[in-house]
Amino acid sequence: MKHIKTINKANLKATAAKGGCGKCQASCQSACKTSCTVANQKCER
Amino acid sequence: MIHKYKLCGYNVVLDVNSGGVHIVDDLTYDLLTDVEPPLAEKCPEEVLEKLSKFYKKEDIISCYEEVLEAYKEGILFSEDNYEQYADMSVASPIKAMCLNIAHDCNLRCDYCFASTGDFGSGRKLMTYETGKKAIDFLLEKSANRENLELDFFGGEPLMNFDVVKQIVEYARSREKEYGKRFRFTITTNGMLLDDDKIDFINKEMSNVVLSVDGRKEVNDRVRHRVDGSGSYDKIIPKYRKLVEKRGDKEYYVRGTYTKYNLDFSDDVFSLVDEGFDQISVEPVVADPNEPYALTEKDLPVIFKEYEKLMQRIVDYEKTGKKFNFFHFMLDLDQGPCAIKRLRGCGCGNDYIAITPDGDIYPCHQFVGDDNYKMGNIDEGTFNYDMKNDFSKMHIYTKPECHDCWAKFYCSGGCNANNYKYAGDTRKAYRMSCEIEKKRLECAIVLRAIRMGESADPSEC
Repeated sequence: MKHIKTINKANLKATAAKGGCGKCQASCQSACKTSCTVANQKCER
Repeated sequence: MIHKYKLCGYNVVLDVNSGGVHIVDDLTYDLLTDVEPPLAEKCPEEVLEKLSKFYKKEDIISCYEEVLEAYKEGILFSEDNYEQYADMSVASPIKAMCLNIAHDCNLRCDYCFASTGDFGSGRKLMTYETGKKAIDFLLEKSANRENLELDFFGGEPLMNFDVVKQIVEYARSREKEYGKRFRFTITTNGMLLDDDKIDFINKEMSNVVLSVDGRKEVNDRVRHRVDGSGSYDKIIPKYRKLVEKRGDKEYYVRGTYTKYNLDFSDDVFSLVDEGFDQISVEPVVADPNEPYALTEKDLPVIFKEYEKLMQRIVDYEKTGKKFNFFHFMLDLDQGPCAIKRLRGCGCGNDYIAITPDGDIYPCHQFVGDDNYKMGNIDEGTFNYDMKNDFSKMHIYTKPECHDCWAKFYCSGGCNANNYKYAGDTRKAYRMSCEIEKKRLECAIVLRAIRMGESADPSEC
């Protein structure tokens, strides 16, 4: 496209159907302990 | 819902509900101000007329066609249909535990949320017996969860390291029988690190968080001993040794910035200069009346500093070197699933904290608050009503999150911060929200820069 460049796969909708397995890390256990950032966690499925 | 912003010469459009991230030209950026879903098959006349004062008509039409294509593809103005999943993690097994192994500390950091280590309830160390019961509790309550997380926290956990070792040994001895895998982590101020502890930590802990605030003078002003002397010179050589011996295993040097060092990009780079490449430096969360506390008046300076940090990282990477800044980490393709993003940390639901007395709290930040005591390991009590209430704290029950563009990235924020500083676990704490949003905007642009996307460098 000339005007729009999409830089990722935009797959959030697809993850909803198969998500929620709970294998991933609790967000606060990684490095924060005073905040919550989820988007930098990994899916571990 | 979309969120669009300009930063560092980039026009960024985030499609909130699909997670789509687009870099667009000025025409698209302006056009997106004037159109709303559902989109018509042709560009509305009034939009065409308005924009034709600044752009060629044929360009506007071709731009609209691209917008329409992205819309039909579901990566622009996509709908929020996730609320149906919000009940999925209700009654979730408990999989993560923060073990406050020592309610005591050998430092007296000014901003300590644990009241310099004892959480306001007296200096105590956890016994092995209590730790063992905590492990049994986690094994029992984790149902079918295979990965169990156990963070040794305090106070300062190295003040009770023999018990840490015993608990690790005990947990490992039960893994096979229960079909579980423990992932241990530890958060330390480093004062008591020695070769034996370093070797044990590097062998057993999947992650280690090493507290240090950046530049020596910044660190020592707030992270000091009882006699007021600083900790920096003592801990840095130990941290370096631990990291050198650690190989590829995860670690973070983790600092806090306060009103005293709003120029915290210097602290991040000071840690880089000391040889560390996994760095987290984040804002202090404190009563606004404290002299070191950050307030909303500081936000413009903080925002500029994050932009500066981003630019410094770009310049650093141009020299062929790299380091990782925790809050700019953003996996736009393989991040957590949408379900995980609805409620974030899971405190009080799949994550709890245990004190040396065996008291159970929703997380380490609630420790010492009687309103949030969930039970006791020794007494075998556990408040399932409270667990149930926490399980329903998600972005659709937090009014300010519902319409926020960042909701799938911070997932409703920290419930404890909301409670302490906004007065309610379901009420957003604005300071945290604003800082989180700025970090996300920077992280997305950093990603675009790394992908080689072009922009107008004069605007950066």
